[in-house]
Amino acid sequence: MKKTGSSFRTVFAHIVLILLSFMCLFFFYVLIINATRSHADLQKGFSALPGKNFLENLKNVANDGSFPMFRGILNSIVVSGCSAVLCTYFSSLTAYGLYAYEFKARKAAFTFIMAILVMPTQVTAMGFLRLVTKMGLYDSLLPLIIPSIASPAVFYFMYSYLQSSLPLSLVEAARIDGSGEFHTFNRIVIPIMKPAIAVQAIFTFVGSWNNYFVPALIIQSKNKMTVPILIATLRGADYMNFDMGKIYMMITVAIVPIIIVYLLLSKYIIAGVTLGGVKE
Amino acid sequence: MKKKSINYGKWGYLFILPFFIIYFIFSLIPLVDTVRYSFFEYFRSGIKEIGPNFIGMENYISLLKSDMFKYGANTLILWLIGFVPQIVIALVLAAWFTDARLKIRGKQFFKVVIYLPNLIMASAFALLFFTMFSTNGPVNSILMSLGWIKAPIDFMGSVFGTRSLIGFMNFLMWFGNTTIMLMAAVMGISMDVFEASDLDGCNSIQRFFYITLPLIRPILSYTLITSIIGGLQMFDVPQILTNGQGNPDRTSMTLIMFLNSHLKSKNYGMAGALSVYLFIVSGILCFFVYRMTNDNDPDGSKKAAKKRAKEERRRLRG
Amino acid sequence: MKKRAVAVLLTAVMAVTGMSATVVCHAESEEGKVINIYSWNDEFRTRLEAIYPEVESTSSDGTVTTLKDGTEIHWIINPNQDGVYQQKLDEALLNQADASADDKVDIFLSETDYVFKYTDKDADVAMPLTDLGIDPDTDLADQYDFTRTTASDSDGVQRGSTWQCCPGTLVYRRDIAKEVFGTDDPAEVGEKVKDWDTMKETAAQLKEKGYYTFSSYADTFRLYGNSIAQSWVQPGETTITVDQKIMDWVNDSKEWLDAGYLNPTVKGQWNDDWNKAMGSQSKVFAFLFPAWGIDFTLSPNWDGDAGSWAVTNPPQEYNWGGSYIHAATGTDNPEHAKDIILAMTADKDNLLKISEDYSDFTNTKSGMAEAATDDANFSSEFLGGQNPFAYFAPVAENIKIAPLSAYDQGCVELIQNSFSDYFQGNVDFDKAKANFETAIKERYPEISEVTWPE
Repeated sequence: MKKTGSSFRTVFAHIVLILLSFMCLFFFYVLIINATRSHADLQKGFSALPGKNFLENLKNVANDGSFPMFRGILNSIVVSGCSAVLCTYFSSLTAYGLYAYEFKARKAAFTFIMAILVMPTQVTAMGFLRLVTKMGLYDSLLPLIIPSIASPAVFYFMYSYLQSSLPLSLVEAARIDGSGEFHTFNRIVIPIMKPAIAVQAIFTFVGSWNNYFVPALIIQSKNKMTVPILIATLRGADYMNFDMGKIYMMITVAIVPIIIVYLLLSKYIIAGVTLGGVKE
Repeated sequence: MKKKSINYGKWGYLFILPFFIIYFIFSLIPLVDTVRYSFFEYFRSGIKEIGPNFIGMENYISLLKSDMFKYGANTLILWLIGFVPQIVIALVLAAWFTDARLKIRGKQFFKVVIYLPNLIMASAFALLFFTMFSTNGPVNSILMSLGWIKAPIDFMGSVFGTRSLIGFMNFLMWFGNTTIMLMAAVMGISMDVFEASDLDGCNSIQRFFYITLPLIRPILSYTLITSIIGGLQMFDVPQILTNGQGNPDRTSMTLIMFLNSHLKSKNYGMAGALSVYLFIVSGILCFFVYRMTNDNDPDGSKKAAKKRAKEERRRLRG
Repeated sequence: MKKRAVAVLLTAVMAVTGMSATVVCHAESEEGKVINIYSWNDEFRTRLEAIYPEVESTSSDGTVTTLKDGTEIHWIINPNQDGVYQQKLDEALLNQADASADDKVDIFLSETDYVFKYTDKDADVAMPLTDLGIDPDTDLADQYDFTRTTASDSDGVQRGSTWQCCPGTLVYRRDIAKEVFGTDDPAEVGEKVKDWDTMKETAAQLKEKGYYTFSSYADTFRLYGNSIAQSWVQPGETTITVDQKIMDWVNDSKEWLDAGYLNPTVKGQWNDDWNKAMGSQSKVFAFLFPAWGIDFTLSPNWDGDAGSWAVTNPPQEYNWGGSYIHAATGTDNPEHAKDIILAMTADKDNLLKISEDYSDFTNTKSGMAEAATDDANFSSEFLGGQNPFAYFAPVAENIKIAPLSAYDQGCVELIQNSFSDYFQGNVDFDKAKANFETAIKERYPEISEVTWPE
């Protein structure tokens, strides 16, 4: 009786998982199939088999000066990469500063960061745009990178991680050995935090890669646009550019890099989140 | 010992300084600026700038008279449609993935695949959905060729269809992420507890409801709050799916889309006032997050101690 | 004698100063090395390359065109939809004074829907043509009058010029015409669509055989919208007046859609479903298109043989589109701007060449009259050898352009959007009206009121 019950559960679990995986993968499949078909083919309706226009579409995407997709991918990599590095490093630094040292404003600072944790970026978008314009940083990639230094959510994650995995006695030991404070952080704390940094680096990278709202406000020139802005302008492409095969190809090209990165690092994502979450 | 750490205190200030400097420049100054302009009439007519003229609370009042609350309700509904299935599925999957007795083949494969949709930028995902579910799109062709439907379904022509699509997209994009979070929480539970429950003859359903669920409550609430914040900020998906108009009948217009339409007409004053309202709502949510994450009593031991003390007192009195 | 001497002296002085003035003037108006042209697609670029003798070459990605004198044209292309193009253009024009010479906007394009925003004399972002040294009355005498009116500000000062004039026709599927009417001859089909009443009877006939007359209610909008009696917003006012013609469109569209004369699955234009309605699997009989629509929209979406479509007269004369060329105030390349505008919009030979190569209906009255009878050069391959100019030309001559305002684009876009819900039965009539009012006030904060016809 118990045996049939559990084997029924196994079968049921597999069915649900396969169904969900199908949903997740189906869209990728359709996207890639469509990217291989010409506009005229697409007009005739959906087909499960790939077409012959893969290279043709790829060439169209690569050579279109009004949609500099490869330039966009490069910009996105720069912005996301820098953001990920700055964000994880400074969040760790802030978390360590609040975790390892006793000082007057400590509690107030911690409370403040927790309070701003959930502030939506859109609320200050207007002011942010004006500020950036005044600073002469309009149409520059810098305002997309620098603010990531102050990321309350990443800070919070780092802080919990430190609580669970950095004994203060280790810091004391380093001091006795004559290690400077900054040196201690870089040489001893950072290596301990590696798993947390890896996870947050990937999350920040993905978040920044997919960010649309702020870049759309800040970026003006074509050669500084990031991938999400280019994708958004696709739907606005008017009659001259209306080639659906090309549009699908552009989306494919835009998501392939990040999927490769994810597949390579998926081990860390799944294992890393587990590490961070065990705290409770 | 205490004296020593005071000596090191300046390092603490130094280490948290970059965070605060950047925060004050890039977030606090804009916030003050935004609040200031909310009291002004300030927009662009054609390519001429009107204002800024001080008009007091007028922007706030006219927003109260606008459909802002309706858009708030839309946002809530859209969030619920996506969130409820998301949390249910995520809980079930987390339980399955962490259940040692349940042998799932290719567990690693499934774990990787469920997170994939989260990688696609919302705008590209929405664009894909838009083409897939258009009246003459692939989904309709497949359903028709399978003979399940006779006439194509007009997904984006009805309130229900559009909202379901948006909800479905949000579900698909985030359930993997939530599953991984919850999985981490479940794995944090000591194996002893599960073993003890096995000895007591718990079946898997009982174990889930009486042991797993209560023990992962903190992470569950964290997921809930972060999802509410995400829901409040919902923008890309409905914006692109409905071409910025929230059709049909503006029923899929979210608060941030409403904000965006003011930003589009360069109506700095009105957008500022709307931002302040959004800030207040976020502030209330902040408070809850703070209360919850600052809970020093995750395992209930202090509460239990208090209760014991209370009973002690009662006994003494009685 | 003395007088004469003075006169001579004066003349001499004048000559000298005049000359030096010319010299100084020349030194001052040293042309910049970069011409920035703002546009929303490469339509303008391809035509300029075809007819402008100064063009040397264009880079393979289409972003830079080099002229023979070494000047570079930088093409700044942003999509039209969602107002992206205008948003970026506005930003650039507002920064025009501070921009360095090579970053200044020199030439920009606008469309009929929003040309008034840029020709506005208070905004003064588009230079009057006379300031460039173009005399519209002589240089542009061969242009269609309505295009000149459209490009003028409220004082009648012309601040832009177009090569293209967009009289619309009705373009229909020959196979469907043959099946339903027994003939596919443009003249006979033209009789069946000559006015709205006849059109409706024809629509019923098409429906009987299982065909839709048009794809979407948005297709007919221009015909009504072009014939409004007064502009959406009167100069200096903040009230939007919805014209009776617009309400006629609403009522007729609802009636047609409910009667099954329009394809209910196609909602609006420029989307996937609309494109598919132009394919061979579609049941749609006709589209209302000007020349560019046949060229750029219908032809790429058609997957059958050439010669399947034919052109005939529309039920009502209308104009759809038209790209106006403006020289931006503050340009450092006024000479080039003048030269380009004249070459693109005032040279009959150039215009005829554009018509021949790109099947644009161009802005030359005499030229188009010739084209209408010149079947050898102007017949279209896509239309199976038919000469569409024979149908465009009479429409162009009868177009009376509706009075414009700076709010036209938002009004046109949002009224279609708001009533789209009403046509599909999602909201009732009054709710659609209310939605329009909400949306238009969001778009234009200065609008205080919307008045509807009785």
